[in-house]
Amino acid sequence: MSTFDWIIRLVSEYWQSFLVGTGNTMLMALVGTAAGFVIGLLIAMVRTIPIGEGASPFRKWVFRIVNFILNAYVEIIRGTPMLVQALIIHYSLFVPLKMHHLLSAIIIISFNTGAYMAEIVRGGIMSIDKGQFEGAHAVGMTHWQTMVHVILPQAVRNIMPSIGNEFVVNIKDSSVLSVISITELMFASKQAGGSYSKFVPAYLICAFIYFVLTFTVTRILRFAEKKMEGGASYTICGSQSDPSAEIRLTKQEERIGE
Amino acid sequence: MSETVEKTNERMISLCHLAKKFGENEVLRDINLEVHRGEVVSVIGSSGSGKSTMLRCINLLERPTEGDILYHGDSILAPNTNLSAYRTKVTMVFQQFNLYNNMSVLKNCVIAQTKVLKRTKEEATKIAMEYLTKVGMDAYINARPAQLSGGQKQRVAIARALSMHPEVILFDEPTSALDPEMVGEVLDVMKSLAQTGLTMIVVTHEMAFAREVSDRVLFMDGGYIVEDGTPEEIFRNPKMKRTKEFLSRVL
Repeated sequence: MSTFDWIIRLVSEYWQSFLVGTGNTMLMALVGTAAGFVIGLLIAMVRTIPIGEGASPFRKWVFRIVNFILNAYVEIIRGTPMLVQALIIHYSLFVPLKMHHLLSAIIIISFNTGAYMAEIVRGGIMSIDKGQFEGAHAVGMTHWQTMVHVILPQAVRNIMPSIGNEFVVNIKDSSVLSVISITELMFASKQAGGSYSKFVPAYLICAFIYFVLTFTVTRILRFAEKKMEGGASYTICGSQSDPSAEIRLTKQEERIGE
Repeated sequence: MSETVEKTNERMISLCHLAKKFGENEVLRDINLEVHRGEVVSVIGSSGSGKSTMLRCINLLERPTEGDILYHGDSILAPNTNLSAYRTKVTMVFQQFNLYNNMSVLKNCVIAQTKVLKRTKEEATKIAMEYLTKVGMDAYINARPAQLSGGQKQRVAIARALSMHPEVILFDEPTSALDPEMVGEVLDVMKSLAQTGLTMIVVTHEMAFAREVSDRVLFMDGGYIVEDGTPEEIFRNPKMKRTKEFLSRVL
């Protein structure tokens, strides 16, 4: 039988297992990216708290210690492979706790993504003009209010491509979590191929599914980015000659009018 | 200058021996100033004389290295100061407008009212509309800052500051980033504000504005307040040599 015949055969026999694998892969990537994003946001918000010269020594110390812990987390997670992290955390912590494997995998991938996201969000915050912070502080907004209402909405828009990138990376990198026996796409392919000792056709199927997943996700994210750019036009409410008129102006027309 | 405005002797802001260093660089030296309720004070001087830094110290965007700032007699540098509440009372308008780019014009004027002053959305919207109408920007409430001209942005920024019902507004070179034909519209708004009894400290390069609208003019040079007097005194009979030199260059 040719490789192509083997592919047909494996798909027809093991389609359910491929489907479950794909589902689990997507679940881990989706939840992992979302949770990692939240972790990253929180870390970046804490790390950007301004500690002025007026702060009390106690506050300064607390801030220093918290910052040290967060930095250590980011550096250690980014500096070691997720495969190794998964093995250590899973067998030392989650196995004794008898945690469900899938939950264990989702926690590991979120924890890992969080470290990368913290840096991505920090970059996003740094890309925002200092004047945006000052404009908010000058009318009495606190650090958190400034972050939540003014800075992060702009920062997140700027880092959308990087967040999308992390999602795509997670779809692929979740494959290493097959080491803690999650039936994700890689694990499913290995099983299917192993039953006939025909690994190449099985991994070709696997690669094809990964590509379809990442390609689709990339397209969807591109579309979402465009949506987030917001409308290029706005409505003028009334005019002096006709107060009830609503004139739509586009960006281009506005420029000519300037 | 309007005669209808009631000037009182109530001290709003006092700067006592204020100094600010950036590293070795002394930007402000021994600044002493008292601003009373309803006063319109213009601060003039060449670039790098410390005008903007003084203003930014009053809003505590910069922390002075020495001296004290009193608001109604209380130090705002004390550790227990509610900085947020203070800034709603002594707010600021910037050279670069600093409107929130992610929000519409209306939202720009509403957000701090609801989040900081805890006003209801309806109340905040009503107040914002009142001031946006006053500055002539009520037609543009749905526009984003990026869609406005500089003069329009600055008028929105003034409405945003007014919506907080502040006692003092600090203007940091509000017309310096504008095209010449847009300076007038912003100065007109500021002139009408000066007549409402609002306390204003205005760092400006607009000598005509300083002369016509303000009650007091400060001339700063090298981090010092060199001269402090009525517009008449400063522009007609400057006492100090440095003031004369500066005025002869700009007038």
